[in-house]
Amino acid sequence: MSDMKKKTSAGGILSKLMRNQIFIPLAALLLLVIINLIAGPSFFKISYSANNAGNMIFSGYPITILDFGSELAILAIGMTLVTAASGGQDISVGAAIAIAGSVMLRVLCGNAGSRPETMQAPIIVAFLVGCVVAMLFGAFNGILVAYFKIQPMVATLILYTAGRSIAAWINNNELPIIKEPVFGYFGGTIPGIPIPTPIIIAVVCMIVTALVLKFTTLGLYTQSVGINEKSARLNGLNPTFIKFLSFVILGLCVAVAGLIKVSRLSTINYSVIAKDIEMDAILAVALGGNALSGGKFNMVASILGAYVIQFLTQTLYRFKVSSDALPAYKAVVVIVLVVASAPTVREKLSSLMKSRKSHAKEVG
Amino acid sequence: MKKRIMGLALGVITAAAFGMTVNADELIKVGIINNDPSESGYRTANVKDLEETFTEENGYDAQFAYSLDNAEQIASAQKFIQDGVDYLLLSAADVAGWDTVLQDAQAEGIQVILFDRTIDADESLYAASVVSDMAKEGEMAIDWLEGQGLDAYNVIHIQGVMGSAAQVGRSGALDAKVDEENKEEYDENWHIVAQQTAEWNAEKAQQIVQSVIDSGDEFNVIYAENDDMAKGAVAALDAAGISHGVDGDVIVMGFDTNKWALEELKAGNWNYDGQCNPFQSEYLVDIIEKLEAGEELEEKTIIMDEKGFDATTITDEDIENYGI
Repeated sequence: MSDMKKKTSAGGILSKLMRNQIFIPLAALLLLVIINLIAGPSFFKISYSANNAGNMIFSGYPITILDFGSELAILAIGMTLVTAASGGQDISVGAAIAIAGSVMLRVLCGNAGSRPETMQAPIIVAFLVGCVVAMLFGAFNGILVAYFKIQPMVATLILYTAGRSIAAWINNNELPIIKEPVFGYFGGTIPGIPIPTPIIIAVVCMIVTALVLKFTTLGLYTQSVGINEKSARLNGLNPTFIKFLSFVILGLCVAVAGLIKVSRLSTINYSVIAKDIEMDAILAVALGGNALSGGKFNMVASILGAYVIQFLTQTLYRFKVSSDALPAYKAVVVIVLVVASAPTVREKLSSLMKSRKSHAKEVG
Repeated sequence: MKKRIMGLALGVITAAAFGMTVNADELIKVGIINNDPSESGYRTANVKDLEETFTEENGYDAQFAYSLDNAEQIASAQKFIQDGVDYLLLSAADVAGWDTVLQDAQAEGIQVILFDRTIDADESLYAASVVSDMAKEGEMAIDWLEGQGLDAYNVIHIQGVMGSAAQVGRSGALDAKVDEENKEEYDENWHIVAQQTAEWNAEKAQQIVQSVIDSGDEFNVIYAENDDMAKGAVAALDAAGISHGVDGDVIVMGFDTNKWALEELKAGNWNYDGQCNPFQSEYLVDIIEKLEAGEELEEKTIIMDEKGFDATTITDEDIENYGI
């Protein structure tokens, strides 16, 4: 009898876990870990050695994944909020990163041409100006979506199309290069700290997000607007403002991601910087099992989704999948994951589990 | 008072318009359709070169249209044809879809000259084309690499956007070399450690190289198909504490001769940079002058001279003359 009880409770935990949104990204992560372990445990080796600047840093596949997944994880935070509140996605984040990055470099270059020997303004000033500009562009998207009720994908298409040209125009079509190594710290490593800075920035963003969601009503309001706009309004919320706010927050995420991106190589290339990152950010939200039509969201699942995407990219590099075949492999994995994490499929699965459980009870 | 100013302004405008019409009779009218200058450093240099050459002082009445979209480019071409330009200079965004508009141009007696990029259209539809030979660029680079006399060549090959002319040409040379070397039984010292596309993106190149470093595979050559990607690769080497360039453990090769890239070369951080000549205007002017004089062109396809630079021999003059 006790044996029987144990079995059902184990099944209960499993079905509970499966019903949890976080299950799919976790399972995907586990699967990638196992595949890489089978191919060779060296995947998880982390070494501690000096870089060419003479600083000791950690390196290895896990570090690389966390490092290069940072921008995506930060964007996933904002994209989750936009998705939940507006029931649509912002496809202009890549272009907006180009703009934010371009603005930061413009401020740093000042009037000293595009390749100044020294920075013409403190980095913090450049970053803040970049934040303001990115949030203004976010606000532009937000106004179109929230006040003019334009479909988010259509509204953000404007900036998606024009953004990279605007970014190029900000720097008179020149490609600025910052020579001072200090600027490279944000996308590289700070002397004395052995962990790549993007990882630290991403963790800070996550902590701030967690605090905001815990101690303010932002999460609750966003979800209620996404679930039912009318009843949210009847309950005294302002859905228009909440939607608008989500786009402005995404703008802030864009600025932070933009700083990391331009700092990585201390320069910018308008046509390729953060290319297609909007699709990866949306995918991260979808992999996290969040309904792309808005409503309830799970932030942790979205962020995990972002790292799953980076993990996948890194795994494909590791297995030396040829360039021609790379997108095809990625597409197959993505289709499987997205289908598995689709709310309808999850409901089916959990109801299947339930019926089996009740069936087991009847037999018992 | 207001009326007087208006009258004055009107007078100035008429005079200006009159002046222009007088001049326009002597000028050669050209319509130039190009890709957007923000596309790359190469394009920025290309656009600047054309805009500085086709000016009124040099005897041209030039109109420019920039777009990365083929349909928009075709619309601009139709507009230029209606405007009655004498020459249509074209760097097409896409190889296909140009037949109809070029036939229209021919019917109007407009001479079409292609530059930088070729199109899939009948040769009779254009007077000449000025292009880079990307395969030759690749071969020059590989010849240089072979001349380095390494015991073994373990190459990380970072490709551009798959299918682009630059990628096909530059990849082709390396692939051919590796195939050839591996056919001979005694001489199997060329290996591709990794071959991935970074789509001209520096940061993707950084990730690809980082991933090879993480895997622990040995390599001593980075063959990047443009400067940006070489820069990304070097960032990964720097983070891992691997020396590169002249006297370094890893040979770094790039393409496009950006000014900053040539400076890296001069500083000994990189080893080789291949040119992709963006200065087509002198060739174009030459062709137009010949056509104006009624001469026959010797060749329909004109391939530009291009150079490759070695870190040990590059001079400040080279950087000044060939950097873009």
